[in-house]
Amino acid sequence: MMRALDRKLIRELGQSKAQSLAIVLVIASGVAVFVMSLNTLGFLRATRDAYYDRYRFGHLFASVRRAPMSESERLAEISGVAAVQARVVSDVTLDVPGLAEPAVGRLISLPEQSGVGLNRVHLRRGRMPDPDRAGEVLVSDAFFEANSLALGDTIEAVLNGRLQTLRIVGVALSPEYVIQIRGGDLLPDEKRFGVFWMPRRQMEAAFNMEGAFNDVSLRLLRGANADEVVDRVDAVLKPYGSVGAIDRDQHLSARFLADELKQLRATGLVAPAVFLCVAAFLLNIVLSRRIHTHRSIIATLKAFGYTNIEIGWHYLESSLLVSSLGALAGVVAGLWMGNGLARLYSEFYRFPTFVYRPDYRVIIAAVVISLLAAVVGSLRSVRAATRLAPAEAMQPIAPPIYRRSWLERLGIHAWLPVTARMILRGLQRRPVGALFSSIGIAFSVAVMVMTGFFADALDHLIEFQYAVAQRHDVQVLFREVTSPRVRHDLRNLPGVNQVEPFRAIGVNLRHGHRDHRTSILGLEPNRQLYRLLNTEAKPVRLPPSGVVLSDKLADLLGVVPGNDITVEVLEGEELVYQLPVAGVAKEYAGTNAYMDRYELHRLMKETDVLSGAFLAVDPSHRVELYRQLKQTPQVSSVSIKSASIQQFRDTIAANQMTMQSFTVFFAAVIAVGVVYNTARISLEERSRELATLRVIGFTRGEVSAILLGELSILTVVAIPLGFCIGFGFCAAMVIGFDSELYRIPLVIHPASYARAALVTIAASLVSGLLVRHRLDRLDLVEVLKSRE
Amino acid sequence: MGEVDVQALRGVDLDLYAGEFTVMLGPSGSGKSTLLNILGGLDVPTTGKVIYRGMELTTASQLQLTYFRRECVGFVFQFYNLIPSLTALENVSLVTDVAKDPMSALEALELVNLQDRKDHFPSQLSGGQQQRVAIARAIAKRPDVLLCDEPTGALDASTGITVLEAITRINRELGTTTAVITHNATIGQIADRVVTMRDGRIAEDIRNADRADLQELRW
Repeated sequence: MMRALDRKLIRELGQSKAQSLAIVLVIASGVAVFVMSLNTLGFLRATRDAYYDRYRFGHLFASVRRAPMSESERLAEISGVAAVQARVVSDVTLDVPGLAEPAVGRLISLPEQSGVGLNRVHLRRGRMPDPDRAGEVLVSDAFFEANSLALGDTIEAVLNGRLQTLRIVGVALSPEYVIQIRGGDLLPDEKRFGVFWMPRRQMEAAFNMEGAFNDVSLRLLRGANADEVVDRVDAVLKPYGSVGAIDRDQHLSARFLADELKQLRATGLVAPAVFLCVAAFLLNIVLSRRIHTHRSIIATLKAFGYTNIEIGWHYLESSLLVSSLGALAGVVAGLWMGNGLARLYSEFYRFPTFVYRPDYRVIIAAVVISLLAAVVGSLRSVRAATRLAPAEAMQPIAPPIYRRSWLERLGIHAWLPVTARMILRGLQRRPVGALFSSIGIAFSVAVMVMTGFFADALDHLIEFQYAVAQRHDVQVLFREVTSPRVRHDLRNLPGVNQVEPFRAIGVNLRHGHRDHRTSILGLEPNRQLYRLLNTEAKPVRLPPSGVVLSDKLADLLGVVPGNDITVEVLEGEELVYQLPVAGVAKEYAGTNAYMDRYELHRLMKETDVLSGAFLAVDPSHRVELYRQLKQTPQVSSVSIKSASIQQFRDTIAANQMTMQSFTVFFAAVIAVGVVYNTARISLEERSRELATLRVIGFTRGEVSAILLGELSILTVVAIPLGFCIGFGFCAAMVIGFDSELYRIPLVIHPASYARAALVTIAASLVSGLLVRHRLDRLDLVEVLKSRE
Repeated sequence: MGEVDVQALRGVDLDLYAGEFTVMLGPSGSGKSTLLNILGGLDVPTTGKVIYRGMELTTASQLQLTYFRRECVGFVFQFYNLIPSLTALENVSLVTDVAKDPMSALEALELVNLQDRKDHFPSQLSGGQQQRVAIARAIAKRPDVLLCDEPTGALDASTGITVLEAITRINRELGTTTAVITHNATIGQIADRVVTMRDGRIAEDIRNADRADLQELRW
């Protein structure tokens, strides 16, 4: 048997369906993002940790030029080290069927026995390669899929200067390459960078590495001091050309994945907070209004003997009900969206198993948080209901007190039509409520600004880094440092217009107690292709002496131009120099240092030797050039800028459409939720006034102008406010994303601001028209009869 | 629960003449408010015709009714219905701003003796003063018809008389056809004509031979 009070609750909710629905949607949006992000985060993290653990992903990684296998035993003896895997790893140029450009293959040696050692592979299809058969390999599944390969396909590769045929016998995954990205690249290019596993015996033979290794991974014992182990590993490997061991923080794939999880967590916490704040605010205004109109009902209930707690609970219940509906819808939507997000992730991040499962803890947390938001939003008005003295509540409410607005007191009074004065005075009577409404709408603008920001920042980054600063088309790396003759060889390749060679040296840079491992790139003093630019996109000169640092590196070392830094060369004779910082260059990826190439040679006490070159290429000769590069023995890897960028843009574009439609929906939900509720309450508060105006001869249009005028002002104020909040959010994200691998520029185009404003204006307009529809149906006679 | 039809008026046949001061009496539920709403173009009868100077209100569109109210009718309500965010003068301006040939808002306030209170907001005025502002608002457009629904219903006797004073003065000086609804029979004494309603019908329609003086009224 339902109590009368409960019936009242349900009927009242029924009467304010549209308003309740708007709030339900706002809560549902917040809960959906929360569930989607945190559920995906939880299972992604669990999947990753299980993967890392089960396939024995290393904790430390180092590469050397060539070290005898006996050294790997020395590494195993270091205290804190649990296991060591010494391997042969080499990047080679590939000629993939159906791909015009040369691709890069990372060849990794497989231990003789399968299922031992570190960084184990997970065989997804096919079989393990036979150590006795030349050229059999496993290929990473991302590359396999991107190039539509089949088992049994062959790929031509240049191994150590010799052309060899690789036969694909299996498709595999490895915890080392959850995301398949190459060092120095900002973006993954699955089509042109693939990982291959080849039996160790075959690798040794191909690269003259019998009884030796050039790459090592270590797993640490629980509780081992990683820094100490790194120092001891470096001491062992330095003589063999190690530039220092890195941990998972610097491991590309691991770092990308960790950053992704960090971002997911931020999304899962910040976005719901915004939505639930808006929902709490809406519940507050709706409930305040309801309790205001229910004064006499509350008084009557109290007169009948209902306790304050019963009455307070009765009103709180309505908020809790709305909030529960929102939470329910949000959980369902969140799980559905999470499934989509998981599918998206499974394209980027390769795991052996990727089973999406709802996490009940996240769901319970979502429900609890949304109920909490409902309580917070209702507290003020519920308290007002309980404090109402019955006798007082029976009295009619005194007419609201209005004053001339300060705008009018400034003297523009005479200019304003009477209806405009009504609007202004209405806003001024409730400045806090109006401000909150505007802030609510502003959040909708901010959400849209953030969406625009991602695209704008990416555009700017690609434009600045890959078009304005780096103007080369192709970058080649040489297998070994090569004499300058190669420059002419490259120049003579078909379609090559310009060649800018460079020298790269591994160094440790030190300033005070801070230090950072990176490479110094020795560039031509007069360059056309690889330019260094400052924040205003003006070229930074490379002086004859001194180093130019990327802005992030300068930041890490805490130096400004004019400071001296210590440069410890990590190769060859381990020379140490004090060099002045001559300038800082703006870069969105990496932490490079730059020098005049000839000065670098002088410091290194070496002759004119080269590590690689940047090429400018005539597009009409590309195919021919690529064909020849695939077969050039000195070249160990080729990266083609435009292809990578195109690939990345394509991937992003597909996902962005989905993301954009979601955010537009969310922004619209906030805007409609706030505007519609504000308008409805304004309509209820003023229904008597507006009906009077209609009776004395105002047309519907004239009367709605008053109501919609108020909304327009709230929206107009909200837009610049939303721009500011949105900018703030973006700035926070820029700081959040800042890492040694990449930075995001704080760039928001005017078009994005305009789009944000337009979506919000459209949403406001729709809600305004919905309310106008109600206004048109206002029962004039009914409103005039009652006393308020 | 579906809609329930309630018949408010049955077979009402009534002519109101220009310049006449009519008081409509009747207990609550007798249909007098419904009649007034129909006369003022707020409501439309389900059957029958209402003709105002040759214009048939019963077939007029919503917009036509709006303009009828805007140009021809002045309304005074029991609970004044002033806009709380506007001063006395501004409440009157609300009408003079949109009317065709209005008097000035101040003039209208002078007619109800409230020129001194023109800059007060409703919350700063007494009930009687608020009702007089409402009358000024109703007559500022020089309406042909002034319809008052229980104008003294919420007021004490002496304040009620000042309000009736204002209404009779308008009727006398501007020649506005005036209809006042009330359940207070005493007020009938000051009218040209008293129409009494009962159960949705006109029960009595009496012309006063001579109108009583306002000062003689007591209730």
